[in-house]
Amino acid sequence: MITDLRRRVVIETPEGVSFSIYLAGPFTRFLAWLVDCLLVLAASWFVFKLALQSVFLFGNLGFAFLALFYFASGFLYRIVMEWRFHGQTLGKRLLRLRVIDSGGLRLHFSQIVIRNLLRVLDAMPFFYLVGGLTMLFTKWHQRLGDIAGNCVVTYLPEDGTPDFAQVLPGKYNSFRDYPHLEGRLRQQVSPQEADLLVQALLRREPLDANERVQLYRELADHFREKSSFPETATAGITDEQYLRNVVDTVFRGRR
Amino acid sequence: MIIDLERFITKEQPYWNELQSILDLLDRRTGHVLDLTAVKRFDYLYHRTASDLARISTFSAEPAIRRYLENLVARAYAEVHGARRKEKRFSFPVWAFQTFPITFRRHLRAFNMTVIVTLVGCAFGALVVATDAPAKGVILPFDHLLGSPSDRVADEESATEDRMAGNRSMFSAQLMANNIRVSINAMAFGLTWGIGTLILLFYNGIILGAVILDYVWAGESVFLVGWLLPHGSIEIPAILLGGQAGLVLAHALIGFGSELSLRERMRQVSPDLVTLIAGVALMLVWAGIIESFFSQYHEPFLPYSLKITFGAVELLLLTAFLARSGRKHEMGPKETAGVVHST
Repeated sequence: MITDLRRRVVIETPEGVSFSIYLAGPFTRFLAWLVDCLLVLAASWFVFKLALQSVFLFGNLGFAFLALFYFASGFLYRIVMEWRFHGQTLGKRLLRLRVIDSGGLRLHFSQIVIRNLLRVLDAMPFFYLVGGLTMLFTKWHQRLGDIAGNCVVTYLPEDGTPDFAQVLPGKYNSFRDYPHLEGRLRQQVSPQEADLLVQALLRREPLDANERVQLYRELADHFREKSSFPETATAGITDEQYLRNVVDTVFRGRR
Repeated sequence: MIIDLERFITKEQPYWNELQSILDLLDRRTGHVLDLTAVKRFDYLYHRTASDLARISTFSAEPAIRRYLENLVARAYAEVHGARRKEKRFSFPVWAFQTFPITFRRHLRAFNMTVIVTLVGCAFGALVVATDAPAKGVILPFDHLLGSPSDRVADEESATEDRMAGNRSMFSAQLMANNIRVSINAMAFGLTWGIGTLILLFYNGIILGAVILDYVWAGESVFLVGWLLPHGSIEIPAILLGGQAGLVLAHALIGFGSELSLRERMRQVSPDLVTLIAGVALMLVWAGIIESFFSQYHEPFLPYSLKITFGAVELLLLTAFLARSGRKHEMGPKETAGVVHST
């Protein structure tokens, strides 16, 4: 069984279903903030160059615009991005973070504005010390702006659907010819062992080929000890196919 | 018991995919509205996926699929339950002439408190300068205010060239940025239970009181009013409104006399805070332009009577605007509170 050490908010819907939202930690948030700062700096450099050019056309007005841009860019960039992209700036998008309402609801514009304006307090006395410390000591990793804006920063799961094909049997399962032995196997495999097995198959691709062979061999040996399928059912199948047969047997359950 | 995962996934996956495609569409197109048939379908898919999540959570500990379903349900939940009662297109005239002044009046007690604290600060600043003139150097942060007021007036009135020439726009932008920053600070310091906001207002009051007394004692009252009133009639109330937002935030944080939770109180006041601070920003843009392009010019270039009249008219209009504008549309406190109940 995999234990998730990340903090999470559990929300119970009126329909009686609970779901978890995984909270982003201070370090990930710091990285996202850093990416955004670099982007704003790059944009500021570009605007500065433009202002230099515009002095010939508009005189002092170009620098006036630059002064206002420097002041507003820190706030406006984040407010506009988080509103337009549902709680994500470019930095947050890169690190798979999203600001959401602390009750799991859709963010309102006022929440976004408040959390971003209150950065002035979180940034005090230097380098977000107040905000960082508040994040460390609050249950939901919130800085002061998040508390006032009633929102949390969450970590998004991987895009798209899980690779269901990895856990579904693609080939003929030779164990099915022995339903009474399958029944015995189901009784002997605990949910934790079944989880471990599914995880090992789901993560097939990221695993190094040699490590995968070694892991599957150890797992197959473990499950062979729990089962007593005759040689006709197991002859000629790889360790991986053996494990897929076990998953099929365990999760197929009783029809 | 472990559910039949194969059959479960094969049967339910098309519904999950359909729900995901609707959610992706809503994510891509901000403000996209589904028609009635699509809403019904979306609601059905949400409930079906939520039910699948409940099943998989109860009968199986398969984490990847559970996390995937949790993510789908969380996104759909936010759309279903977080929908505003009625989406209204933002209208600047409605906001400026109704929402802003109504919000100001709704929190009039907080504004009155900011006025009192600033006036006490003014009195204190005046008292300090009256009893200990050298203390002016400690209180006043601007070099051009440290010298003799009469010398400055003589210097300004004898100027033969436009000292602001070429710098007006830049000066104006700096004033706007600085004053807006001070106002945002006044609001943000509300999170220190209002203590920071009150200190900031008190300190602003001290500076104002010290300057006023210094110029009045030097017999330069007309210059002072002509210099401060054109922009100060908007700038000072704007900073007071920033302080008002800070005290509203502090009140919500402390929750004195309220039965609502902290989250509900914050949810209740956040639209008002944004309205107030946006109004303040607009006022300060105007004040910045006036200070740079009008206030810094004195007699004989601009007669003081004109500057004082202009400032007085501004102050009257602002007072009338904040006191009267949008009265017809004002509703009771319950309707205007803007509470969004989450569940």
